[in-house]
Amino acid sequence: MDHSVLSAPLTAKDFASDEEVRWCPGCGDYAILKSMQKALVKIGARPETTVFVSGIGCASRFPYYMNTYGFHTIHGRAPAIATGAKLANPDLDIWVITGDGDGLSIGGNHLLHVLRRNIDLQVLLFNNEIYGLTKGQSSPTSRLGTRSPSTPNGSIESPVSPLIFALGSGANFVARAVDVSQVSLQVTLERAHAYKGAAFVEIFQNCIVYNDGVFNDFTERNLSSDRQIHVQHGQPLIYGKNKDIGLKLDHKTLCLESVKLGRGESKESDLIIHDERNRMLAVMLASMRPPDLPMALGVILCDPVDSISKAAPSNRRDSWTDDLNKLMRAGHTWTVGT
Amino acid sequence: MSRSSLISVECNENAQQRKQVSSAVVRFAGDSGDGMQLTGGQFTLSTATQQNNLLTFPDFPAEIRAPIGTTFGVSSFQINFGSREIRTAGDRLDCLVAMNPAALKVEIGKLKPGGVLIVDTGAFSERNYKRAGYKNNPLEGDSLNQFTVINLDISAATIAALKGHNLSKKESLRCKNLWALGLTYYLYGRDRDPTVKWLRQKFSGRNDLAAANIAVLHAGYKVADSSEFPTQFTTFQVGPADEMAAGVYRAVTGSDALAWGLSAGSHLADLKMIFASYPITPASPLLHSLASMEVDDIVTFQAEDEIAAICAAIGASYAGSLGVTSSSGPGISLKTEGLGLAVSAELPLIVVNSQRSGPSTGMPTKTEQSDLFQALFGRSSDSPVVVLAPFSPGDCFTIAIEAIRIAISYMTPVIILTDTFIANASEPWLIPDVNKLDPIEVKFCSTTEGFHPYRRGTERLDRPWVKPGTPGLEHRIGGLERDYDSGKISYEPDNHHKMTVTRYNKVKCVRDYIGPQTVTRGPQSGKVAVVGWGSTYGPISRAVDNLLQRGMDVSHIHLRNLWPLPKNLKQLLANYETVLVIEANLGQLLFLIKGYCLIDAKGFNKVSGQPFMISEVEEAIIDVYRF
Repeated sequence: MDHSVLSAPLTAKDFASDEEVRWCPGCGDYAILKSMQKALVKIGARPETTVFVSGIGCASRFPYYMNTYGFHTIHGRAPAIATGAKLANPDLDIWVITGDGDGLSIGGNHLLHVLRRNIDLQVLLFNNEIYGLTKGQSSPTSRLGTRSPSTPNGSIESPVSPLIFALGSGANFVARAVDVSQVSLQVTLERAHAYKGAAFVEIFQNCIVYNDGVFNDFTERNLSSDRQIHVQHGQPLIYGKNKDIGLKLDHKTLCLESVKLGRGESKESDLIIHDERNRMLAVMLASMRPPDLPMALGVILCDPVDSISKAAPSNRRDSWTDDLNKLMRAGHTWTVGT
Repeated sequence: MSRSSLISVECNENAQQRKQVSSAVVRFAGDSGDGMQLTGGQFTLSTATQQNNLLTFPDFPAEIRAPIGTTFGVSSFQINFGSREIRTAGDRLDCLVAMNPAALKVEIGKLKPGGVLIVDTGAFSERNYKRAGYKNNPLEGDSLNQFTVINLDISAATIAALKGHNLSKKESLRCKNLWALGLTYYLYGRDRDPTVKWLRQKFSGRNDLAAANIAVLHAGYKVADSSEFPTQFTTFQVGPADEMAAGVYRAVTGSDALAWGLSAGSHLADLKMIFASYPITPASPLLHSLASMEVDDIVTFQAEDEIAAICAAIGASYAGSLGVTSSSGPGISLKTEGLGLAVSAELPLIVVNSQRSGPSTGMPTKTEQSDLFQALFGRSSDSPVVVLAPFSPGDCFTIAIEAIRIAISYMTPVIILTDTFIANASEPWLIPDVNKLDPIEVKFCSTTEGFHPYRRGTERLDRPWVKPGTPGLEHRIGGLERDYDSGKISYEPDNHHKMTVTRYNKVKCVRDYIGPQTVTRGPQSGKVAVVGWGSTYGPISRAVDNLLQRGMDVSHIHLRNLWPLPKNLKQLLANYETVLVIEANLGQLLFLIKGYCLIDAKGFNKVSGQPFMISEVEEAIIDVYRF
């Protein structure tokens, strides 16, 4: 093994595989891929101990394009496969890549359980609110009225909120980012990686073919400042082009309200200070929807607790043959002959 | 015949001569809450320590506590034990213990004429016998005249024995199974000590309950051993088994043997085992056995569903451990998608199917062999896997190790098809020394030169097993078809054909490992070959032995390898005029043999949830025999 090669600093290119990327031109996945490669460099990840596990769908092709270990598995099952891999080798650094159909429809049960078990891995859910690879059917996150080949008159089902689902499943790290917001996405990925346990990140990902512009109401350049809030632990919840809008709790309704800061209006001291460990606040932040309230981005909940893989018992391999021999001879035995 | 005042406990041990018998079949039957499985288990323990050969058959309903006194709530435990080799749980009963009218109604048809019937008269109230479907008290008519009936008010005797024990009537009555056990111990000259020790251990911390149960056990025994007991009842002596190889033995169920075999196999391969499963009858005891081991190298994982269980096992194998999953037919249905991925990704994987009666929920606690087609063909596309079937509880240990060896050597999923009977039945087992078993070679790939994830070995067509964490071998695999020469995604038509053929041939190569099919008993060619697989081994082998002794030209061929089939099978079966395939389904192995060996074999099939009887197998053979 050439240690000088091993210890050489890596660049984003070192994490790019030689496989030709097959996403549609202009797909949000390209931006996520780039942020991930940069984040891994920043983290100091090693290609040999990094594993990407995915299910089925456009997002799930992600592992092929990373020069790390990768397992492109079956629809919805990536969290279960990643759980097995992590139980087998807790030293692996595992990223689960899923989409809104893969993670919340066919694989909803597995996502629920990997989060409640707090397996030490990162789950990135690329949410484009549509089925891409099967040509544009409505997904569990599609908004009411979404017209698609399977819902020609508009979807009549209420969409699921990935973050509320994750919080309800008992996730202790929940974050959100936008595909093309490279800097904040990269920082969010780094934070998710640093968390010991199951880290859940919803990434708003634009599908240029089947659902183009579905997030424009808060990602358009002229709207984003007034309709996004990037939460920071310990900082007051302030947003807006001029940093003059804040979030405050209405004590009578127990609802968040958006208030204008300034003379004769609300003061900064009236605002909520973001506390990553406050689950109730996380639920309120995750529930916000533009235009009345901004879309919350960044680390919404980060409440460290022990992960299963951290609590593994000590290894007893050396004596195992004798232990097994003893076990099989425990209880009532008898001897025939001499 | 009715006796209600058995209170004298004067002992008259050896007052009567015991009748020597070479084997006996005893069945305990009662309500599902009566502790019949415990009673049978204790009788087995005592019998095993007396060095009898034995085979047991727990037969119970799926309901945990069915309504009291109903026929569908009857829970039974049968044991066949003897000084001769025992291969089945016994066709007909020598002794039936019926704790209530429902048990009598369900089980009396199995008792031999002249057999011993022990009934608790205390449970035969009008309400109870009507609930069981009797119009009149069955103990009062002449319907039981052909049997030796021991009518005892076991309920009353139990309460009497517990006078001064400070237990309520309800608590006292819970001990009545031990009274019946004590009586049965006396009838068959069994030792009470193992049960006394077991009770002390079970109720450690509750000395009052231990003392009560032990007192009742002794009371049942002593009543039979007293001058009050009618002397016309024969007692029996069953000597130690004389055909067993030297060594240390224990009684083992298929579930325990499988758990230990999987543990031994993963240890021989020097691999951590990840056992992932979802609770299902009758497969759960395997999860329980492994979970109780508390060794870091054996990780048990109760998954959220059957799909997650096989997926976690696949993930474990991908990461360089041994992935194992277990279920029963309906659960295996859910695992077929995962199995397809394991076939495509070519990873070692063990899938245990403890078959039960189906389809769908079927009869969860009853045995069947009807998942053979599912194991062989139950996946999308051409996706061959190796299929093995143990023939007895003890064989589960051996077959688990073989399955692991094959899975690792050939980088393939292996299905172990066991069944409810084998999982629950127990038999004496010569305990192996794990130190003396051959290690299983595991070669994780470490060379980067010319590496790609589907570069195959020439002999077994196996692809390299790479442990993530190995520098320089980073690669991507998955369910998409890949190029034979580079391992990269490929939709090229000729390549897909080549890969499909290669996957098929790889599994076919396993024939070289398993070797030729042998004849279990009887001549190598002749009139009739009886072919079986799995738990039919006992009844077929005994039936064939019986017919051989009668001078008939019959052989028994038992398959442990169901896919790939042994190379010589076609040639071997062609040596017989008639091939008779006996199985607990509607002819699945028969279909395979007809198609694969092009032999016009005949079938004998029974799908009742019950094991085959020796007598019905004998009749089936005689039916096809050309005298």
